[in-house]
Amino acid sequence: MTSSPGLAGADRTPWLAAPSAIFLLVLFIYPCLYGLWLSFHPTEGGMLANYTKFFSSERQWPTIFTTLKLALPATLINIGVALPIAYRMRVKTPGQKWVTAALVIPITLGTVLVAEGMLTYFGPKGWLAQALGALHLYDGAIRLTHNYTGVLISLVISGFPFAFLLLLSYVTGIDPVLGRAAATLGAGPWQQFRNIYMPLLIPGIAMCFCLAFVQAYSVFPSAVLLGAPAGPTRVISIAAYEAAFEQYDYPMASAIAMMMGLAQLVVVVAVLALRRLVYRGPVTGGKG
Amino acid sequence: MKHDFKELKLDRVTRRFAHAGGRAVAALDGLSITIPRGEFVALLGPSGCGKSTALNCIAGLLALSDGSIHLDDMRIDVLPPEARGFGMVFQNYALFPHMSVRRNIGFGLRMRGVADAEAARRVDAALKLVQLAGHADKLPGQLSGGQQQRVAIARAIVVEPPLVLMDEPLSNLDAKLRLEMRSEIRRIHRNLGRSTIYVTHDQDEALSLADRIVVMKDGTARQVAAPAEVYANPADLDVARFMGYRNELALTVKRRDGERVVVEGEGLTLTGIAKGELAPGTRARAMLRPDDIVVADAGAAVPNAIDGVVDAIEYGGRESLIDVVTQGGARLHVRSAASAQVGAPLRVGIPESRLLVYREAAA
Repeated sequence: MTSSPGLAGADRTPWLAAPSAIFLLVLFIYPCLYGLWLSFHPTEGGMLANYTKFFSSERQWPTIFTTLKLALPATLINIGVALPIAYRMRVKTPGQKWVTAALVIPITLGTVLVAEGMLTYFGPKGWLAQALGALHLYDGAIRLTHNYTGVLISLVISGFPFAFLLLLSYVTGIDPVLGRAAATLGAGPWQQFRNIYMPLLIPGIAMCFCLAFVQAYSVFPSAVLLGAPAGPTRVISIAAYEAAFEQYDYPMASAIAMMMGLAQLVVVVAVLALRRLVYRGPVTGGKG
Repeated sequence: MKHDFKELKLDRVTRRFAHAGGRAVAALDGLSITIPRGEFVALLGPSGCGKSTALNCIAGLLALSDGSIHLDDMRIDVLPPEARGFGMVFQNYALFPHMSVRRNIGFGLRMRGVADAEAARRVDAALKLVQLAGHADKLPGQLSGGQQQRVAIARAIVVEPPLVLMDEPLSNLDAKLRLEMRSEIRRIHRNLGRSTIYVTHDQDEALSLADRIVVMKDGTARQVAAPAEVYANPADLDVARFMGYRNELALTVKRRDGERVVVEGEGLTLTGIAKGELAPGTRARAMLRPDDIVVADAGAAVPNAIDGVVDAIEYGGRESLIDVVTQGGARLHVRSAASAQVGAPLRVGIPESRLLVYREAAA
């Protein structure tokens, strides 16, 4: 520990956190608290009028579950597909960086761009439909856009690279010698995965689930562009958008946003609580 | 896997790695050795000599590029590591961080489908053997380095493997613990009565533990012999250098008389033992251990007497390391209990049998 002369004992390292604290305060905590304050000051009625309205309106409260029905499967699909690929890529193989690049490219595309592309590709007269028709594989109508499926596909496309990169870093963080040690003790490839990698990966998977879920739950552009925003994909952010920019009811929009945050929080807290039940220590096998 | 094997045979085991330039480099080049049951063999050499590669090839963690490995008449180099059933102790221990000591040690038994009661009994016995009975329920992260090391050994031997492979298991421990663990490893080896292959770069470790030492350099075995033989009669110049022959004098062969050879140069004329072809006129290296050089009492006659001046003294307790610079300018490291003073003249001598003369390696 070093400190400048005359200041012995005064640890000034906490000040290093000042810039990020200010950043958080201005860009996150203040808007959040302002929104919370606003939600309790409705344009008409008592303090809880916005929340009463939210839970009594058939157009409002079901959006919590509409969004959940999109976000949960999308998150599970992304993790379920990314995990085996990331696990497979824990050892260096030729061409690995090309595979990684190909898998990660969608992250560089905005959701709107992905939605536009999907509309032309997956649409009723899109390339997919034309190709299937030309090959006489499937001649029926292709309905992959302007419905639930369209939004789910877009959430997978934009969320997968994120889950993949995150899981890849967790998988490669595990000391490969552990797997080899298990092999010399008689564990085959599947047992190595089940007994060594999986238990050590669970905390990382839980973290990845939380981040991917929060991202998916706040879906907006693809739900509008690729979904059926009037019905099946009327997600909670659409409800908030309508309140804010169609009815110009900011307090109501704030209340909806608060409900959205709460829903995300409930899932995240639940997952992190489960994570506490498993081993969360270092993922190497002893002294380096 | 059978336990009553007779011998493990490595036949021209070779492992090449693709180099950055696309050229394949042999990290291990045609290693052949037969290890009978019960023997403790040390693979000794500087880093990069191929000793760990050899161990990984035997364990099945690296595929061979050429050659074969046999356990009696069964060819095992084609089997995956999990089918070979050898116990391995890794340099960084590789304990499973999420499992208790008990579960770590029992892992191999679980993979083999040993019944719970039987497994518990054997884990208890292994815990007792490595003296960790009170730590069974701790996680590896809660143990000291020496304790982790012992868990790693217990985990490798509890399955009673025909062969225990150890990859520099003591290199992460402090000096005192290293000495303790050394005798521990020797004791465990004797109790098991099977074979141990031990990789190390520390010649003291190899000398004290092994029944036989394989000195390796550049992927090949330079000498395979008992510790005393490797210590006293290194097969070549590299082995001598590695085995602690720190003094190296570049001289020319004057005459050879059977085993004895007379060499001269740098103002010295010395008589020693010839190792290999040494015709008169050949450039040669005389190799000397610091502890084989004797400090002469004033006026006393010593073989191969050399006069010089003490240049530096490194205090080392009972014995000190004295650097003597000869009149010809050569520097000799001498380990001796004799008192010396920097700047004072000193006469040292070398027993003829301890001065080994090798042909200078072709550059």
